[in-house]
Amino acid sequence: MNILYMLIPLGLVLLGVAIWAFMWAVRSGQFDDLEGPAHRILMDDDEPKQPDTPLQNKDK
Amino acid sequence: MTEPESTCFHCSLPVPGDIDYAVEIDGKSRPMCCPGCQAVAQAIINNGLADFYKYRTESNKSSASLIPDELINLDLYDNPVIQQNFVHAIDADVKQASLILEGIVCAACVWLSEHHVEKLPGVIHFQVNYSTHRAQLEWDERRIKLSQILKAIGDIGYLAHPLDPNRQEQIFKKERSQAIRRIAVAGLGAMQVMMLAVALYAGEYEGMDANLQRFLRWVSLFITTPVLLYSARPFFVAAIRDLKMRGLGMDVPVVLAISGAFIASAWATITNTGEIYFDSVTMFTFFLLSGRFLEMSARQRAGRAAEELVKLIPAMATKLNGSDQQVVAVSELSCGDVIIVKPGESIPTDSIVVRGSSSIDESLLTGESMPVVYHKNDRVIAGSVNIENVLELKVEALGADTVLASIQRLLERAQTEKPKLAVLADKVASYFVFALLMVAVIVGSYWWWADPQQAFWIVISVLVVTCPCALSLATPTALTAAMGQLTKLGMLTTRGHALETLAKVSHVVFDKTGTLTEGRLVLSKTAIFADKSEQQCLQIASSIEQFSEHPIGKCLLHSYAGNELFSVNDVENEAGKGMRGVINNTLYFIGNADHIRSQVSYDLNDSTFKEYQVVLADQKQVLAGFKFTDKIRASAVQTIQQLNALNIKTIILSGDQQTNVDQVANQLQVTEAYAGLTPDKKLEKLTEIQQQGAIVAMVGDGINDAPVLSKAQVSIAMGQGTQLAQASADMILLSENLQHIVTSINVGRSTRAIIRQNLTWALGYNLVALPLAAIGWVAPWMAAIGMSASSLIVVLNALRLTVPDNSSDGNS
Repeated sequence: MNILYMLIPLGLVLLGVAIWAFMWAVRSGQFDDLEGPAHRILMDDDEPKQPDTPLQNKDK
Repeated sequence: MTEPESTCFHCSLPVPGDIDYAVEIDGKSRPMCCPGCQAVAQAIINNGLADFYKYRTESNKSSASLIPDELINLDLYDNPVIQQNFVHAIDADVKQASLILEGIVCAACVWLSEHHVEKLPGVIHFQVNYSTHRAQLEWDERRIKLSQILKAIGDIGYLAHPLDPNRQEQIFKKERSQAIRRIAVAGLGAMQVMMLAVALYAGEYEGMDANLQRFLRWVSLFITTPVLLYSARPFFVAAIRDLKMRGLGMDVPVVLAISGAFIASAWATITNTGEIYFDSVTMFTFFLLSGRFLEMSARQRAGRAAEELVKLIPAMATKLNGSDQQVVAVSELSCGDVIIVKPGESIPTDSIVVRGSSSIDESLLTGESMPVVYHKNDRVIAGSVNIENVLELKVEALGADTVLASIQRLLERAQTEKPKLAVLADKVASYFVFALLMVAVIVGSYWWWADPQQAFWIVISVLVVTCPCALSLATPTALTAAMGQLTKLGMLTTRGHALETLAKVSHVVFDKTGTLTEGRLVLSKTAIFADKSEQQCLQIASSIEQFSEHPIGKCLLHSYAGNELFSVNDVENEAGKGMRGVINNTLYFIGNADHIRSQVSYDLNDSTFKEYQVVLADQKQVLAGFKFTDKIRASAVQTIQQLNALNIKTIILSGDQQTNVDQVANQLQVTEAYAGLTPDKKLEKLTEIQQQGAIVAMVGDGINDAPVLSKAQVSIAMGQGTQLAQASADMILLSENLQHIVTSINVGRSTRAIIRQNLTWALGYNLVALPLAAIGWVAPWMAAIGMSASSLIVVLNALRLTVPDNSSDGNS
């Protein structure tokens, strides 16, 4: 069981890393919008591949 | 009106049968209900964004009323002086601003607006936050102007206006990220400590190396310390604040329990005796923080909705310097200045008409549904809207001296007189806490005397077992669940006590204009007096009225379903009375009966035309009469019925004329109705009702309702009402569906029931557990399990409120 004396401190280091990662995520705005990205992924923009985009450049 | 045949493809409102607006989408012709929706749908299609209609999960809001009025003054946003407030310059030409987007109903709206705006040349970056409906915009000043971007957003049916990012948003963001960090530390810490605790419990059974056990305890202490010092800090801060104010809130026993358990466990770890409760400390902190986070999210959401109302509308006025026109800020005006107010603009300050005459819409201030005509030397009030002609005004009062400001003062006074229900709840809690502490002290001193070795652990057990966490969770969890449920319906709760009070309501007081009615006139009756069809008369009337800004004229034009209008010559407009114009060499008159009488040579029979606000005539005879009424909201009738069924009295307090009020009152069968009331008379009437012991819910929308709204025990403002009304209300009805008021009362009642069950349970548990703990039968670890279980039961019970069918039966 002596291995625990090494593994648990190692676990603590990992805990520290996890908390640091969390802090980073909060700081970089990952938690600002919890609903939008889930929908955004489904609405990927595949327009350019579609052959018929009739009036696309009207306002350019 | 004809029966609706189909629904608008864009906004899902019924399409009137005789209207033909259609847009081709996905190869099919889709019906539209109004030119607004048509324009928006066409703009979406033209930009190659037709996929929007596949992605969306909700119907859009109708575009009919949204676009024209709101977009008039966009150019003002390009003014550098005004931009100072909300635009941040990244470098010389690249600018950045935060926008509030209104009209977002589902994720596809985000997709649509992002794609549409990012395509605009000169827009560098545009991203919408779906949760908050806020957008970040970065653009190149040389290639595009801010007003053009706002207009482009308007084209696809959303309303964008700038937001001062320094005001609320930054505070919200800071609060939120700090709360998430605290939860993260507490959550991760709790998991680790739990893991170690499981090992320690197993070790008790199976036997464990004493050194290893000690080691695990030290590690637990090491992890729990930051949870206590960092995550639980808000509780400490609040408890210290409570103590400083010489009150005892819920945070005091929470802090006592957490710190007591922590100190005991730390002592046990250091001296290697007794039990440790690090797992309870961390779990408890984590649960409480999560609950408060949910509460905070709901509060921020309400705050954001409120901020949407405080639009950064530039308070500018056009000042007249001799013959020069100069745009200045309203704050720079001084008494005696002459200003110009164009049709459609609101009057910036109380003033006297020096030139011109025009009808002015004062509905927001007085509740009067029809515009009033003002001539030279009449006094006009700040905040009312000029409708017809250009007016020259002399400034008479500014700032605090205006009528608007005096209503605001009335509001402040009413707010301070508001019944303080929340304070009472706090008082009860503080007695309870005081009693708990006394019991702990008595038990502690008894055991100190009887068996000093046990005393410490028994006091801890007593504190943990009686820790009012179930009690402190009982009310907020139920309220949070109920508020979330109501928010989904479009009923926003901005003050915590609203739901509890709503459950006890005995009277519901309504304002009329804009609350029970839509606040918009519609053509309700047409009478034909000559050999012409209804359609022909409408066509003539609309052709002349297209040159009028008067709401009745606009309404007439809107009622005319055909597309062709005659060309009209020699149009003349007399403010507030009527118009004349020549069509195909025939001179037509349109206006009120008095106007027609003054224009034509033949006699008009008074009694025939009395009913009609607008009469159409030519030089020989009267052709038609039109009657307009403010339409009663579709949901109003049923709402009043349901309220009557719940034995709640319904009352109308209105500033409008007696006849209009009576008509609505009869149609809806409200219990009582009072007309012609000024804001302070409304307040008096309300006080009178309250003195008879009534608990009043007030529903209103206008500035004139604001003081009454804040004086009522609970108040609900309409979503399209004025800012002032919403600022003084406890709840905001964003959906505009009056039936949700009934739903809210039902939800309020079931919330109260749930809170009672929770409190009964929490108190009952405490009362049973306390003597056992005091005798010393309950070991602290048992106390901790009991405490967690009781909290869990309370939370689960509260979650029953989120099941929709629970309370809203019969009114969905």
